[in-house]
Amino acid sequence: MNDTISRPDAIATRQHWMSVLARAPAEAIASALTRAGPLPVWSRVRGPETGLVMVRGRTGGSGSPFNLGEMTVTRCTVRLGSGVAGHAYVAGRDERRAELAAVADALLQDLNTGSRDSLIGPLAAAQREQRLTRAEKAAATRVEFFAMRNMRS
Amino acid sequence: MNIGLEAGFADPVPDAQRCFRAVLDAMAHPGRIAHAAGVTAPYPLGTAAAAVVLTLVDHETPLWLDSDAATARQWIEFHCGAPVVADPAACGFALALALPDLRRLPAGSHESPETSATVICQVASFDTGTAYRLSGPGLREPAVLTVQDLPRDFVSIWRRNHALFPRGIDLILCAGDRLTALPRTVAIEEV
Repeated sequence: MNDTISRPDAIATRQHWMSVLARAPAEAIASALTRAGPLPVWSRVRGPETGLVMVRGRTGGSGSPFNLGEMTVTRCTVRLGSGVAGHAYVAGRDERRAELAAVADALLQDLNTGSRDSLIGPLAAAQREQRLTRAEKAAATRVEFFAMRNMRS
Repeated sequence: MNIGLEAGFADPVPDAQRCFRAVLDAMAHPGRIAHAAGVTAPYPLGTAAAAVVLTLVDHETPLWLDSDAATARQWIEFHCGAPVVADPAACGFALALALPDLRRLPAGSHESPETSATVICQVASFDTGTAYRLSGPGLREPAVLTVQDLPRDFVSIWRRNHALFPRGIDLILCAGDRLTALPRTVAIEEV
């Protein structure tokens, strides 16, 4: 076990890149990996395999938990030649995407901070931009219900 | 960082089904040798022990490991998702490289004898060692099983376990890629 991974900030860092990888399309991960250098050799430890996970929610956001519904998820675990294992869980049934995300997760644990940012940074930026564009489009069509707003305040 | 994590079954569903069939056959015919394959076993487990664990153990079955088998703990937890318990009395399965004290394991109750533990024990060999004569359900005629590495007083240990019926521990023995089973119903004496 590596002690750097057990530190809270290191866990948060890994959670961040894993969430970025889970949202990134396969092509984007593939090109990011290519930019980071020659692809490492890896072997599959588990999967890629597709299954269902139960997504739970809370009523009103903070009430009692309930089962929202099942979601298709593909997971994969790989091991690099160096012995480092990488995991990925991605929505949908794209096995290549799950495998590439797992390879990227393993690789990111081995890299220093600078190389990490150059691999994960562009993916995170693209996702941020996509979110902003969507939010702007939604905001442009926003309708203010004055009656409701007045009632609530 | 999960250094050195090995793969499980190469083809999980058919491999687990084949192994389950092998365990079933072994249980139905005590002492008959069955084969297991399809898995890269982590040190110190052999192919059969690793395959049986992958097939039978999951998140619903608390698992107890003896100190030698605990070397493979990371692999077992990753592939089976089983809760590893420190108290042998709380386990559903026990994985051991030396026969544990059967009295410390749950033997089930008269109302539900199926809640007893199943011990997966890895031994050195079925070719050399002590010969035991087996008789009981599943055996038209007594069978002879040779096992290396069981305790010297195994026959009296087993007599105690057999006498608990319908309660009692079931034993799966594994050596390399071969396995056999000694269910609680079988009577054992030294040849």
